[in-house]
Parts: sequence; C-alpha cells; structure tokens
Amino acid sequence: MRYLPLTEDDRRGMLARIGVADVDALFEDVPASARRSGPIEGLAPHEGELGVERRMKALAGKNIPAGSVPFFVGAGAYRHHVPAAVDHLIQRGEFLTSYTPYQPEVSQGTLQYLFEFQTQVALLTGMEVANASMYDGSTACGEAVMMANRVTRRSKAILSGGLHPHYAEVTRTQARWTNFTADELPADVDGTEDLAGLIDDTTSCVVVQNPSVFGHVRDLSALAEACHAKGALLIVVVTEVVSLGLLTPPGEMGADIVVAEGQSIGNALNFGGPYVGLFATREKYMRQMPGRLCGETVDADGRRGWVLTLSTREQHIRREKATSNICTNSGLCALAFTIHLSLLGEAGLTRLARLNHATAAALADRLAKVPGVTVVNDGFFNEFTVRLSKPAAAVVEELAKRKILGGVPVSRLIAGKPELDNLLLVAATETTTPDHIDALAAALGEIL
Amino acid sequence: MAMNSIGRGDTRPIADTAGGDAMTFTGNRGLQIEEALIFEQGQHGRTAVDLPEPPATALRIGRVRAREEIGLPGLSEPQVIRHYTRLSQKNFAIDAGFYPLGSCTMKHNPRLNEAMARLPGFADIHPLQPISTVQGALEAIDSLAHWLLTLTGMAAVAMSPGAGAHGEQCGMIAIAAALEARGDKRSRVLVPESAHGTNPATAAALGYTVDAIPATADGRVDLEAMKAKLGPDVAAIMLTNPNTCGLFERDIVEIARLVHEAGALFYCDGANFNAIVGRVRPADLGIDAMHINLHKTFSTPHGGGGPGAGPVVLSEALAPYAPASAVVRDGDGFRLIEHPEGTSFGRMKAFAGQMGMFTRALTYILSHGADGLLQASSDAVLNANYILASLKDVMSPAFDGPCMHEALFDDEFLKGTGVTTLDFAKAMLDEGYHPMTVYFPLVVHGAMLIEPTESEPKESLDLFIATLRNLSERAKAGDADHFTGAPRLAPRRRLDETAAARKPVLRWRPAEMLDEAAE
Amino acid sequence: MANIKFTKDHEWIRIEGETATVGITDYAQQQLGDVVFVELPDVGKALERGKDAAVVESVKAASEVFAPVDGEVTEINKLLQDQPDTVNSDPQGEGWFFKVKLADIAQLDALMNETEYNNMIAEHG
Repeated sequence: MRYLPLTEDDRRGMLARIGVADVDALFEDVPASARRSGPIEGLAPHEGELGVERRMKALAGKNIPAGSVPFFVGAGAYRHHVPAAVDHLIQRGEFLTSYTPYQPEVSQGTLQYLFEFQTQVALLTGMEVANASMYDGSTACGEAVMMANRVTRRSKAILSGGLHPHYAEVTRTQARWTNFTADELPADVDGTEDLAGLIDDTTSCVVVQNPSVFGHVRDLSALAEACHAKGALLIVVVTEVVSLGLLTPPGEMGADIVVAEGQSIGNALNFGGPYVGLFATREKYMRQMPGRLCGETVDADGRRGWVLTLSTREQHIRREKATSNICTNSGLCALAFTIHLSLLGEAGLTRLARLNHATAAALADRLAKVPGVTVVNDGFFNEFTVRLSKPAAAVVEELAKRKILGGVPVSRLIAGKPELDNLLLVAATETTTPDHIDALAAALGEIL
Repeated sequence: MAMNSIGRGDTRPIADTAGGDAMTFTGNRGLQIEEALIFEQGQHGRTAVDLPEPPATALRIGRVRAREEIGLPGLSEPQVIRHYTRLSQKNFAIDAGFYPLGSCTMKHNPRLNEAMARLPGFADIHPLQPISTVQGALEAIDSLAHWLLTLTGMAAVAMSPGAGAHGEQCGMIAIAAALEARGDKRSRVLVPESAHGTNPATAAALGYTVDAIPATADGRVDLEAMKAKLGPDVAAIMLTNPNTCGLFERDIVEIARLVHEAGALFYCDGANFNAIVGRVRPADLGIDAMHINLHKTFSTPHGGGGPGAGPVVLSEALAPYAPASAVVRDGDGFRLIEHPEGTSFGRMKAFAGQMGMFTRALTYILSHGADGLLQASSDAVLNANYILASLKDVMSPAFDGPCMHEALFDDEFLKGTGVTTLDFAKAMLDEGYHPMTVYFPLVVHGAMLIEPTESEPKESLDLFIATLRNLSERAKAGDADHFTGAPRLAPRRRLDETAAARKPVLRWRPAEMLDEAAE
Repeated sequence: MANIKFTKDHEWIRIEGETATVGITDYAQQQLGDVVFVELPDVGKALERGKDAAVVESVKAASEVFAPVDGEVTEINKLLQDQPDTVNSDPQGEGWFFKVKLADIAQLDALMNETEYNNMIAEHG
C-alpha cells in the first residue's frame, strides 16, 4: 500500500522490541465481544491511483459544473474567477500539511498570514478587529448572536426577513438548544421591512443582511442608532463579500459585529463547503469574540513575530466556561481568501466589485424586457429577485434541461409559502458573459 | 480562586546571548528570509489581477453611498508569489518532517485526494443548483456516508457539521432532542477529567451542568466513581475512546450498559477513531453518537488549522433527530432534504456539508481499501508502542501497559533537571522536529503526548527515538541552558506571549493611525 | 494585620469597618504567572460567598476568583484594566480587585488568619 512505509520485516522487529507476538496483542483492552476480525464488509482491497481516479471521475462526471454553462446561481455562494496563483500557493505543503500554530517559533508563516487576514477583514468590513476565521458565514452568524447575548446579557435576537434562510435556520437551531430567543420576520421580498420599531429593552441584537438575500442594498445607519438607543447590538451579515468593494462598509453604518461568508474571494463553490466565515467587531468587544486570534509580539532576540493570543477565551482552557466550543478555524480557506485579496489589492477589488455590479445591471435590464419577468429590486449589488409568471422551481428545471443554470427559486430556500413560488434569485459576476445573458433571456422567453 | 495552570512553563522568553548566530545586514539567514507584511510593501494602484474596465453605467445601489478608500495594499503577482512562498518557508509541516502532535493525527496527506477534490465536477458546482445537475455529488456523499456507517456499525449519519467540535454539538443536540421527545428533563452531563476542552464547552453551551469523572491510576474512567454519579438527572456521558491518554477504555461496554440503564445516552468523542478503524465498530460498544474528524482518520489536510469536517454517526435511538441537510436515495437517483422535517432538530450549517472534505475522505477510503484501512490503524498503534517501548527507560511513561495510537509521558524524568516539558519541546525544534502535544491531557503532570501515525517509516522513528534519548540524557546531565534557551535555530526564538496578551495587537495599522492613537 | 483574612482558595480580604477589600494572595499570583487580564464585577453587583466574583487570566490559564463573603460591590480597581501586572507586583496592595459592603460580618469568622493561611500553603505547597 503506497501510503504505508512499514515492511513486514520492520513490523516483526518492532513487535520484538515491544515484546509481543503480534499487533492483536496491543488491542488486548478491547472487550472480546467488540473485537472484529476479517475484512471490512463490501469494501474492495486497496487500489492504485488510476483506478480510484476513474471511480471519482465517474461521479464527478454526473454533475454539471458551473463553468460549463450559462450560470446565474448565487444566494450565499458565488462563482468568481480565482487567479491561478491562489491554488498554487495554498497547495504548498508547508501550508497544506501544517496544523494550528501551537509552536509559534516554527509556525510564523501561518501566523503572519492570519495577522494579515485579520487586518484585511477589519479593513473590508470597516471594523476595528477581526478573528482568524470561522467555519462559514452561517455558523459565524449564530456565534455573533451568542456573542451579542453575552455582551448585552440579554437573550432575544431579532432576525431580519432579508437574512439568508439557512443562516436564520442555523441561528434558530442555536437559539432553540442553547436557550435564547430568535424572532424571525417574514420574508422581506421588497426590502421594506421596519426593524427599528421592534427593538425594545430586552433585545440583545438585530441581525440584518446587506445586500439582503433578495438582493436589496440598504443604508443601516438609522437602524444602528435605533439599536444603540435601546442598548442592543447591530449584527450585519454579508454573504457576498465582493460587495464590500463597492458599498459603504457595515462598520461605517454603525454595526457592532459584522459576519460574512468569505467564499467569494479565493474559494471555489465546492457544493457548499468548505467555506470561510469572517468575524469582525469593535475593539471594546474583543474579549467576547469567539474563535482564534493572532497577535503581534517579539521573540527573545527582540524580533517581531506572531502568536495565538487571548486563548483563555477558548475551550481548551476555559472548558465549560469558554466563549464558544469552536476548536478549528478555516485556515486554508482563509489563506485562499487572503492571497486572492492580496492579488486584487484596493484597485483590483474595487474594479471587480464594479464589474460585478455592472454585469448584474445589464442582466436586470435584459431580463426586464422578457415578457413574464418583473425585476423586483431598485437597488442591488450583483444579485436581485425577479417575479416570474410561472413557479420558479419548474422554470429552473426547464432551464437546466437547456443547459442553463438559471438561479435559485425562493421556494428552494423557504418551504411552504406559495406566495413566494414565482420568485427567482438571479446572480451575475465577472464570469457572466453577454452571451450567457442572451441565452438566459431567450430561454426564459420561450419557457414563460 | 480556581487555578488550572497545570504546571505550565513560562510564557515570557528568557533572553540569552549564547543563542543566535551573528546577525546579517538584512536580518536574513540564508534561505530564511525576513518578510514584511503585505501592508508594508503595497503600493497604491498596483494590482496582480487584470480586469476589464467596467462600463460607465450609473450605480444602482439604492440610498447607499459607494465606498471610498478601503486601505488594501496593491501588489503585483511576482510580489504576491514571493511573499507567500517566503511565509510558507517559516512553517513546519508533515511534508517537511516528523510531526508527532498527539491527538491531532498528522499523517500523510495523499495528493490524489487534492486532485480529486479539484475536479470541476466537484469543485465547480453550486450547492443550490438543480438537484438533477448534482447527482454525482449526492452519490459521493451517500457513498462516504455508507462507508462511515459500515466502519462504525451505526444506524445513521449526519454529514453537515463543519468540524469535530461542531459534530460534537450536533450529537449532543440530538441527545437533548431525544430526551425532550420522551418528556425527560435531565440536567447533568458526565465528562471525564481527561476530556478534550471542547466536550465540557459543548455540554455547557446546551445548558447542562458538567460533572467531571475522575480517572483511575491506570488512566481510564473510574467505573465506581461514574456509577456513583449516575442518576435520573444525567442526560449523557461524553467519553473519548480511545481516550485522550491514548488508552482504550476497557470498561466501555459496561459503561454503556450502566449509562443506558440510568436512562442516559452515550456520546463518544471520535477524535481517536483512527486507532481502531476496521478492528472495532463503535456500535458494538454501545455508543449512541460519535463524530468523526475527517482530517484525522481520513487524512484531509489540516491546512494550518482547518477546514475540518465532522460527520456524526447516530444510533437507532437518535437517528430521527438528525439535522438537515440530508441525502436520501430516491429510486435510481438521490434527493437532498433541505428543510428540517418531522423530528429533525434543525440545521447546523448552510448547505449540505463540507463537500471538499468528503471527496478527499472518499478518495482516501477507496485508495486504502479494506486491507489498507486495517493496516493503517494497526501500523499507527504499532508505531506508537514502538516509541513507548524504546523510550520507557529514559523518559517516564504516564501509565503501564501498551498504548493505542499515541504514547503519553509525564515530566517525572525531568524532575530536578531545571528543564520543563515546554523547554524539552522547544529543544526538539532545534533538532528539526515538531514537538509532541504538551500539557494535554490535563490529568498528567507536564504531559507529552506522542502520536507518530502510520505514515512514518521505521528509519524515521529510530532517529526520533535516538534524538529523544539524547535530549533526555542531556537534560539529566545538567545541561539545562540548552533547553531553556531553545529554540535557537528556528525562524523565531521563543515569543513573548505575555506581552501579546497584555496589550493585544490584532491587526496592522498605518503609521499615521498609530501616531494619532499615541496622541 | 489582624484585620486581614484569607480563604482556602487564595483570596485575601481586608476589613475596614463595613466594607472590605478583596484580592488574590502573593502565593496565588506566583502560581498563575504573568497576569494579563482581570475581569472585575460591576459596581452594585450582589456577590454570594463562594461564587464567582472575578476572573484573572494569565496567558495559559483563566481562573475564577470567588467572593469570600456575601456583599455588594462598591468599588473596583480600575488600575487593573490597563496594568494587570500590578497583580503580580503588588498583589496584597495596589493589586486589589474590588471592595464590598459586607452583608454579614459573622461570615468572616469562617476565614483563616495569616498564620493559618501560611500553614496551609506550607503543607500543600
């Protein structure tokens, strides 16, 4: 077996030094009733690369990759072009096959990029500090609410009806089982909901997504003021992080915690994971933040270096008193994010964001001309909602038959609401071409 | 006050002039190159990505203003490549050397797994594109789920948790949901003292009181103490097996019987499942829920600390409470249940799980096959015992008898030498090794937990053993300075963690901002 | 020094009429190592004897400081926010944690005097 270096001779010699006859003797503590002998049921013997590759390629071949067709699917995961340098660099063994930087003297590479990542996230979100990443945007959202509960010592969160339904569901699940309240508003299709009026002295936080899951872009400054007037925190969720290259950042609007899905920068779609959660807040709440933090210091020779710090908040020290049970972060995805953002820089990100917005605007204009299609949004970034003359789920299936991946039916995200059946979320990015837009418009024209 | 520092070493480095070679003009040392932050090398207007000029259409962003400056540095592609290449060279990694970090399982990461995860049919598919266009992805998830169930003997598996601790939470919520469904209010969770910190953190987050079970002198759960703590208010026990001391819990079947008899459920932390794959099925031990760290047992890359994946296998009793999303067979094809239905306890994470980790783990399983998986766990245990047997006369094993996949030592052998566990670990850095896990588990004083994994050839183990023997003898011979000043040859010497924690600097700031703050 | 009492958990309490000042002992700060952060209770909070009152953190450990007596917090040591190292340099002086208004003066009887405390650490240390 190509991954196992020991030879039979090695094994014999090692068993002799240990003083046992065979490896089974080392498993003597296993209760006899639970010992298994014989091969693993149904699993073939080991196989060479060629054979395994054939089997995996056969599975992969049954899927339609986004890059092979006109593609307009978003709703929390976006297809962007990732420069070749990103994947090359993250596959360097020194990054790929290292672990959490517990020994900082030989982990300065990981620590320095985490420090740079934290800085980039703080700058992008307009916040003061950020952590070294979370599993993804949805889990970061749940953690943000729990942090707000700790900070305010209250336990009632208000979830906007523009929050991604999966994020709301993750937060509701946390609420249900860790004993706080998460009041969710009805789907805010038009982007007109009034959250400020719902805040009272028992509200720990308001969670609002910008752009919302329906694509609406909002100025949240007044909402932030309304939260602060009642001692509540404003949590802003961003699921399309490229939008921060164009829009006023949540920090400037008064957000207290910003969480984001960072997948759009550096990371492939991967059918939903692994992604990378961004988590940023105000300096005064730093010690209430979940997850790992990297900080600057000096070594014994006075040279600048980095270490994991404030780890007393974490589970391995605080145990049952930890701020969160989170152990791992999303290191390699954070690395991909930080490399891609370094490649883009200020000029590249700004241009990328404008290009996304312009492409989506062209798509909206084109679709608005198709009979049976109404664009719901006035303002948006790179994704918006359209109302169709037929149920969106069936239309998307029809489009798929024509090799067009036409968007996300709202009914796929929110079940049991017939009034939402005709709504479709459509996204465009820099990868969307005029031909793709024409193809979608033409196909919709035929189907509707 | 409650103190829990468990004999840890100093967190401030000792300055010593004996270390360090003559400084060069640049501060570089041969191939070790000092590298500034990207923020210190960027230029405004430079970029490494050429994009077309966006058309000059009016912005449609409602009443929101377009943002002005972000503050990101601009670099060209050669600069970016060089920056991260240099950073990478400051990292220890499995690819570069022996990395016996106990409880973390730093085994070889096959590159075929990386290639397979990057096939466009897996990497370039969207979690919300029509189900008819992702049948191969659902089949891959179903196939991995099938092998996880075969290897554990359990009834069901929840695939969506994002990492081990997340899986733990998933399993514990399933337990809470099952108890609630039968109208049973229980408030306490039993957790052995030796448990990984995530266990008590998870139980406490769900509102349970954590009750610690002491260990016996031979490093296992004290069965009598556990019996005494069992009662009608106990919801569950959370037990790691093999445990964090690297030992198989020999009474585990009896523990499961007693726990069930008391009406409680049995959560097993599956962090160490890699030791027993193919030899023991957790279902046969009486377990109700167990997470599997795919990065440990099935060698998805650790990536500097993630991403992970933590599928949770569940018993018949807990299966109905599994979270969304779930893949189900539907005739010739597959469906995805995306909305929690019936008794499902909810959703752990957006979308359907860590697909990129699933494809790697599936590739690993197919590559190893039935014989390879069994050989891998056998070799992991053999290697650990070989290290234990080869060092037991110069270091101090924490417990008698054979271990499973990791060998645990305490700091008894360093007593009176002036060398702490931390110093010993730092001296290993100078010898070119990543140290073992230190100061964990907490139940052993100055713990050193060595996990060689099955990936290490005997020649490599022999050199490691010789090195540790040499270091042990050196410590006992009174050469404490060699240890307390270590490392001297790593990219950095010991770092001042106290200063980092007292005045946290968590991000770079431009000089003018720092000046303003100072004023 | 007769008005200083000690707990088995290494807190000290100095009584000045109806109020008392609380901190951690020199032995405790030595065991903790470099203190990097101290989390203090809010002024006005009602403390309960034996329950968590504050948290003191070193780099590798976070430890709860328990209230030696019942009482209401009247003042906290703001100096510790910026200079937590004062706990190391002057634990039983400038490094005090908080002051409480005693609820039940009789509770002091259960605590140790300096000699008894020193004997206790001599035995266990």
